[in-house]
Amino acid sequence: MSVMSPAAGGSFAQPTTKPTYSTAWWGMVTLIGTESMVFVILLGSYFFLRASAPHWPLGGIKPPELRLSTPFSFVLWGSSVPVFFAESSIRRDSQRGLRAGLMLSAVMGAAFLAYTRYDFNALTFGWRDNAYGSIVYTIVGLHALHVFIGLCMNVIVQIKAWQGKFSAARHTTVEVFGLYWHFVDVVWIFVFASLFLSEALR
Amino acid sequence: MAILDRPVLGAPDEKTEERLERRWRDAPGIPGFFTTVDHKRIGRRYIYTSFVFFFLAGLAALVMRDQLASSNNNILAPETYNELFTLHGTTMIFLFNTPVLAGFGNFLIPLQIGARDMAFPRLNAFSYWIFLFAGLFLYSSVLVGHIPDGGWFAYVPLTGKQFSPGINIDFWGLGITFVGISTTVGAVNFIVTIFKMRCPGMTFNRMPIYVWSMLVFSFMVIFAVPAVTIAAMLNELDRLFGTAFYVPTAGGSTLLYQHLFWFWGHPEVYILFVPATGMVSMMVSVFSRRRIAGYVWIVTALVAVGFISFGVWVHHMFATGLPPLALAFFSAASLLITIPSGVQFFAWIATIWKGKVQLTVPMLFTVGFLLIFLLGGITGVMVSMLPFDWAVTDTYFIVAHLHYVLNGAVVFPIFGALYFWAPKITGKTLDERLGKISFWVMFVAFNLTFFPMHVLGMMGMPRRVWTYSNGLGWDSMNLLISVSAVFFGIGTGITLLNWVISMRRSKPAPADPWKADTLEWATSSPPPDWNFAETPVVHSRHPLWEGGVAPVLVHAGPESDDAVRSMGVEGGLEKTSPITSGRDTRASEVLEVPQETAVPLAVAFGVAVFFVGLLINASVVGVLGVAFFVVALLRWVWRTDVDRT
Repeated sequence: MSVMSPAAGGSFAQPTTKPTYSTAWWGMVTLIGTESMVFVILLGSYFFLRASAPHWPLGGIKPPELRLSTPFSFVLWGSSVPVFFAESSIRRDSQRGLRAGLMLSAVMGAAFLAYTRYDFNALTFGWRDNAYGSIVYTIVGLHALHVFIGLCMNVIVQIKAWQGKFSAARHTTVEVFGLYWHFVDVVWIFVFASLFLSEALR
Repeated sequence: MAILDRPVLGAPDEKTEERLERRWRDAPGIPGFFTTVDHKRIGRRYIYTSFVFFFLAGLAALVMRDQLASSNNNILAPETYNELFTLHGTTMIFLFNTPVLAGFGNFLIPLQIGARDMAFPRLNAFSYWIFLFAGLFLYSSVLVGHIPDGGWFAYVPLTGKQFSPGINIDFWGLGITFVGISTTVGAVNFIVTIFKMRCPGMTFNRMPIYVWSMLVFSFMVIFAVPAVTIAAMLNELDRLFGTAFYVPTAGGSTLLYQHLFWFWGHPEVYILFVPATGMVSMMVSVFSRRRIAGYVWIVTALVAVGFISFGVWVHHMFATGLPPLALAFFSAASLLITIPSGVQFFAWIATIWKGKVQLTVPMLFTVGFLLIFLLGGITGVMVSMLPFDWAVTDTYFIVAHLHYVLNGAVVFPIFGALYFWAPKITGKTLDERLGKISFWVMFVAFNLTFFPMHVLGMMGMPRRVWTYSNGLGWDSMNLLISVSAVFFGIGTGITLLNWVISMRRSKPAPADPWKADTLEWATSSPPPDWNFAETPVVHSRHPLWEGGVAPVLVHAGPESDDAVRSMGVEGGLEKTSPITSGRDTRASEVLEVPQETAVPLAVAFGVAVFFVGLLINASVVGVLGVAFFVVALLRWVWRTDVDRT
């Protein structure tokens, strides 16, 4: 084969000096893109049904309460803080910070999930009653499923963290997990605002 | 511009080749078949599997045409006719067009960007297995005799529990969701591969237009597919669990279904069309022996089409009684999309005009595409006009239009691509003479089949009717259509025959039989398992035409950067592929191409069992599927070590 001079590679033979995102990071970002679309479309469906209904919620159902849902929403949003802390800890090579952050976020996520479970039990309507029940159960349930998947990922990352697999130089898994966790929290802002706040404040 | 005679990139000496082969070769025989993660094998499989579905769906169409050949015919029962047109449309969209394009993408993208595999090779295997299982899932409805019969669009309330109590529709709803997983996962893989695996020098403005088109395809997929998944899943929730999304008496809305379906459905048309135009741009340029005219214009047009196509879905719903303002908006938006399509069209004409055209078989299909797409585009403009659409909606005019764009403007480029890339995919060149016969039969029969449908539509023949009375003046034209349809089938069959014969008889193809310009032609036909022995460097949009391709050739010591080392001679011996930084394509990381594994197959199997559980409403089966899925997935996750650098 024709051997060109090594200079043919030119400047490309030099590694990049800028920080770049890994393939795993891009994979997660695109996954979040399509997942966001799932929630955009479901919330769009919610508002479509709401706009075409004579009164809302349908069938004389009481709008959802805010007394408990508000504090637990803050628990969920707050769970992003320990994840941020875990990420910044491992960048400083602090194993303890990483483990503590992951642990705390898992507890907060689990508390939110327990609340959702309780809330579903306390509801006075079912998802078969009418379209309102159907869409509310579906959106909240799907979001809860995402919290649950986040928790499962949290457990896996924690096992690896306790095994000491991460370091300041090697922790893509933590970053990618963090992306997902934050995404689930951000989705709840929109779900909470649409399904809880906007109805109670009307 | 000199087209250089050059050695084949990636043909190392024997000793090196032996070492490479030890690293890259799949296990022989059946184990290797189920465990491979090689993008080329997976790409071939995608193409072959989807062509099986293509011929099945074509057969369904011919049976329908047999029924419609004369008036008051009763070869088929009306129920069977409904099942056939549902199966035909669903198969063509979900099991042929989308996956065959994904198959070409799988095979070609890593080669065209100078990579050794996709960014997520195991995910790639997974997406194929899901596609296969979803196809089998949908077609198992034929075996049990409950074929979906609600049309490929499956509108509620017809497909609701009340009017379709059988499991026919469940096969459709669950099958669509199932195959959507494959499409989405594939799109994620394409995006990351295109962003991160391009070889040094292949900046965004040097990417082959085909790669651009697949990037647009992928972004459209990840934003559009959730809509059809939700449309179908909400109906399944209604059907299986008794919710009320589409039940008007309980506050549900049947119009919601149409919005959701077409919010995916219209982008889907362009999801299919955009990669087809990408293929056309490649072939037009190679067979006009010159650079594509207006590269930047074409790329901009592709991206513009991607955006605009999300704002036109209501033109499928002009007859649903929406407010006039909404209709006017969507009518105007639909007209807007003619601009980027026109830009592409003129770029192709300019390329041909200024070039020295070689009328090879791929080029014949390309020119055939141009003519057919012109007609399909014109009828597209016509039906975007409200009054005209109201006159012809749900008539054969629409059938004619949609076949001109989806069959003519997508299937013709795909057939061209088969002839164009067959040497690279199989190592054998297809026979030109049989190819020409196939093209002319297909082209003439296509127009004789679908052009009269415009006229029939104007005369008032409605779509989706299983028969019609005589004395309406529709008989002779329907007979012509039916006879021509058989010839169209024969035309496609000739290409199949050509494939079979050429695989046995043709001499091995050279690395670059067409003297083409992009990187896939710089390696042997078919490429070795490792694609390129050393990472190529490109300096232009047409690396094999302008200046040639140079390997990076890094003789790096042990102290040098891993990513740089992986591009060069010693690093190239390992089963790795360099990852580059997104924009300036400098080495940034090393992708360890995974060893062959059955885990993707196992995960896909778990998903399949779960869907079967939903279908037969047996929670035990569903739970078993999820359990299998979780265990296999954990194994996958546990073996993945992404924490480098």
